[in-house]
Amino acid sequence: MNLTVNGVAHEVASAPLTTLLHVLREELAITSPKAGCEQGGCGSCTVLVDGEPRRSCLTAVGAIAGAEVTTVEGLGAPEALAPVQQAFTHHYAAQCGFCTSGMMVAAEAYVRGGGTDDPEAIQEALAGHVCRCTGYVKIVDAVAALARGDEFDLTVTAASAGMTNLGGAT
Amino acid sequence: MTQATEVLFPSSVDEAVAQFGDGAGITVVAGGTIVVPEITYGRLTPSRALMLGGAGLDSIDDDGNTVTVGAGVPVSRLTELADAVPALAQCALNVADIEIRGQATVGGNLCAGHGPDAPRGDLQGAFLALGATARSAGAGGERSEPLEEFLDARDGRLLLDVRFAKPAASAFASLDYPHTHEYTVLAVTGVRTQDGAVRLAATGLADHGRRLPSAEAVAADPEAAGAAALDDVALGDDALASAWYRSRALPVLVRRVLSQLEESS
Repeated sequence: MNLTVNGVAHEVASAPLTTLLHVLREELAITSPKAGCEQGGCGSCTVLVDGEPRRSCLTAVGAIAGAEVTTVEGLGAPEALAPVQQAFTHHYAAQCGFCTSGMMVAAEAYVRGGGTDDPEAIQEALAGHVCRCTGYVKIVDAVAALARGDEFDLTVTAASAGMTNLGGAT
Repeated sequence: MTQATEVLFPSSVDEAVAQFGDGAGITVVAGGTIVVPEITYGRLTPSRALMLGGAGLDSIDDDGNTVTVGAGVPVSRLTELADAVPALAQCALNVADIEIRGQATVGGNLCAGHGPDAPRGDLQGAFLALGATARSAGAGGERSEPLEEFLDARDGRLLLDVRFAKPAASAFASLDYPHTHEYTVLAVTGVRTQDGAVRLAATGLADHGRRLPSAEAVAADPEAAGAAALDDVALGDDALASAWYRSRALPVLVRRVLSQLEESS
């Protein structure tokens, strides 16, 4: 079966009941979707399937033949961060980073869908995502800034945090 | 091993019904939100899997009086019925989170039995209160029956759609749940039909959702109805709540729903 991931067409060899998460991580070596609970409860495996946020751990790959999948790798690159990545960086919305891929993908879908900077609406949009560092306040701040269309000067962000190698951060 | 599984991809309802047959040895995969982790964790090893995504069971039809919801409609799409049946949209929005609602199907939710830790089938109460008719296929062919009868005898059946007459009013009340991924702890849906009858049903019980006929019989007296509802259900102890707590909460939810119905008339 065929799958387009971040704009690149792939012929997938995994069996149809293999989860999209396993196909991405193990067959295609795209590792931003994280294998957390693998039963739909933590949100860290979330990707966009035809633009809609989906749990890749709950998705049998055979069920989405021909779909367009977008992961964080498809949103932006280290040298050209997407607005959602800039927002998370500027607001220090990542701690350990395990939930961050899923959070950013969900935030991207929320804003593309016309989401506003209303904190309650953002919390609802991110309700399926668990951050074990409990960094929710900064995450909601980042998504609100993204929804407002704030612009970020990340050189200032980096300098104020004493960071010198922002571009290499993963 | 999933490699040994025969996976079927019906592209029409007729094909799905034919491939389902009498259901023996078939694992139905619709949204996959319940079944896929079972496979991932090795608790379920399907010999034949029926992937329903392309079978054309995903339409909502509204002829003005009757609404027919295909079994493959995602839970999230029930919000399209918010004007006609506010309680159904509220009930749908009470299910898990955005991602799960976009993927999980109405049919999967209605057919979900009691889980290992909690009751499932969040939507059962709402569709029971709506007096829904379930159309299913399986041994002996297609049949349509009241949803409560279908829920009691759904083994070996492939749910195709549920249909209901639009009510005059509807109301929904639920206990909050501790985490977005928990199933509904306890919820009550109430409906006033076009001819003025009140129907009530609950989800979050010891088995599947149930109508509350004793409460319906005294619906004009919310206090009495709340107490009577306890005669209609078996309540369980599980990871979400104790039977004791549910027995205190059920009358409250029944009263809330009846009061909402009163306000909306």
